[in-house]
Amino acid sequence: MSEQNGGGESERTYHVDLMTRVEGEGRFFVHVKDGAVLDARLEIFEAPRFFEGFVRGREPDEVVDIVARICGICPVAYQVSASRAFEAAFGVALPEPVRALRRLLYCGEWIESHALHVFMLHAPDFLGYASAVEMAADHKGLVEQGLRIKKAGNALIEALGGRATHPVSPRVGGFWKAPSKETLRALAGDLARALEETEEATRFVATLDAPDFTPDYVYVALEDGARYPIEAGDRIVVSGREPVDVARWDEVMEEHHVPHSNALQARLKDGTPYLCGPMARLHHHAEKLHPRAAELMREVGLGRSEGNPHRSIVVRCVETVHALAEALDIVAGYAEPEAPAARWEAKAAVGCGASEAPRGLLWHRYAVGADGWVADARIVPPTSQNQARIEDDLRGMAPGLAEMEHGAATELCEQLIRAYDPCISCATHFLDLRIERG
Amino acid sequence: MGAGSEGSASGAGAKVRLGVFKLASCDGCQLQLLSCEDELLALTEHVEIVSFAEATSRPDDGGPLDLTLVEGSVSTEAQREHLQEVRARSRFLVTIGACATAGGIQALRNGRDVGELLRVVYAQPAYVDTLAESTPVADHVPVDFSLRGCPIDKGQLLELIGALLAGRKPAIRDESVCMECKRSGQVCVMVAKGEACLGPVTHAGCGALCPTFGRGCYGCFGPKEGAQVAALGARFEAEGMDAETRRRRFKLFTGWAPAFREESER
Repeated sequence: MSEQNGGGESERTYHVDLMTRVEGEGRFFVHVKDGAVLDARLEIFEAPRFFEGFVRGREPDEVVDIVARICGICPVAYQVSASRAFEAAFGVALPEPVRALRRLLYCGEWIESHALHVFMLHAPDFLGYASAVEMAADHKGLVEQGLRIKKAGNALIEALGGRATHPVSPRVGGFWKAPSKETLRALAGDLARALEETEEATRFVATLDAPDFTPDYVYVALEDGARYPIEAGDRIVVSGREPVDVARWDEVMEEHHVPHSNALQARLKDGTPYLCGPMARLHHHAEKLHPRAAELMREVGLGRSEGNPHRSIVVRCVETVHALAEALDIVAGYAEPEAPAARWEAKAAVGCGASEAPRGLLWHRYAVGADGWVADARIVPPTSQNQARIEDDLRGMAPGLAEMEHGAATELCEQLIRAYDPCISCATHFLDLRIERG
Repeated sequence: MGAGSEGSASGAGAKVRLGVFKLASCDGCQLQLLSCEDELLALTEHVEIVSFAEATSRPDDGGPLDLTLVEGSVSTEAQREHLQEVRARSRFLVTIGACATAGGIQALRNGRDVGELLRVVYAQPAYVDTLAESTPVADHVPVDFSLRGCPIDKGQLLELIGALLAGRKPAIRDESVCMECKRSGQVCVMVAKGEACLGPVTHAGCGALCPTFGRGCYGCFGPKEGAQVAALGARFEAEGMDAETRRRRFKLFTGWAPAFREESER
């Protein structure tokens, strides 16, 4: 898919017209002349789907169903961030067993999404295969292990939500129905096995050679008290800056409409690109990991500030161990709640909510009218926050590319982008409705 | 396995050549193939993945395809052209999911002034390639079979692939969600809880998930052929639902399917 064109020896372009082993449709383009980077773009050409427009005039629970459809890989993240925004607007607090259930559901999504990325999308880059299926010819055990881990995550979402993709049970305030104790207990065996298998896989993945590349990142992650941030959190922490309330995130972060993209790019107000996702969460919150995950981190020699994006595969493995270990704890301590959801009433209000999607911070804001219907919506997904950072990384890599064979250099660019676990389907749906008001 | 039998897609010994393509969508339906964790590796003994961007970096050889799965609706000119190229090389083309089969959630924009919408949405509308409507695949090319659902059910996907390998018709029931619901012994949420439920007019396939979780079906498998949609809408209003809420109930993931569209415009 790549080719060299342009002028003489000192001018090179690297591009791939349809990136593979990523979610959604994107391409990239890097143009280097006389050692200087003229252009580095991640282009998002996935068709726009206009979600913020569709949720206008809908009831909050309908919005939870609708925004799930933004992403087939991380629907729970969308359902939960939206629910939290409405709960903030209406002053709803989740009773303890329901809060734990939401975290359990979200652990399921981390497990399936991380396992998909680690074993099926990313690992083939390190081992030199075009796909997990081809990798299975020589590494069958590893691929089967990955599939079993992924299945344990999906089984968790199915038990709590009805199905793994676009679950039907989550709603504002909790769930339509809470699972029985027996339903959850039946999952424990597979979760325990998946935990051991993920630990084993992490030890292997940590030995894989990664290209050497360590940019200077500004890390951004949600903060949820003493818990590793997953499904909740009221503050956002930013390297070298003051923490920000979730309700004020749009005062600190700014989105730009760049001509080559159907998505908006987010940066800090001073123009700084930032990184969200597994590496940012680990950097800010490593001490909050489950003891099983913390122990594994020490064992494989992973530091909390792993600055090499190619090594995010190891961080994803450690987070998967955390999610599995925590899921087992929640299952063991589960008592059925009196009601599956907190009671609430819609009113005219504005609410913001955030959660940590597998690939990073996912922020929602809704304005609800006196009729209880949504009047305005804004959604900032992780990939549009990471997009400017990805382009900076491509620029940073460019000097080294010139010394490489052209095909290998192009492949390295694609691997860098893949390491971010971009969700391009997510990133395209964001209409800047402020333009209408302006 | 009927490899080599008369109606089978594969010749003796040859693998079925599979293509998976995406139009405007969330990736959730093609993901169901990767979610066949127990069957995926066994499946690849009979199926060769020729094109599947989300799963493999192996370049598409551009050759003929025995089985083509298309996810997503047609919402740009580029997608329409891409779809026609895909159809031309496909022997058996199957739409997977509500977007490909019925236009999907993004069809909610249909009927709105797209020029106006673009100006509202994008600072530089000239860069955005979009058609006036988001439409199902069958509006543009012939479709051999459709899997419904938002997302599709992976059991139905495996049945379809298995049937094709064996050269037989997929055994997918043509009935309403109500039938699945009754068979699984659920208490009717409409009768017992007064929940508005689209189960009576919605195609089966999900296993009556929403009623199992104590809520009304929201119709993501689309209208069942011959369903009395207006009668259900009238029933909702008789139970006290206002007309605007009734319209919204039918205007969701399969809202562009004619039977639901009619009810949402009434």
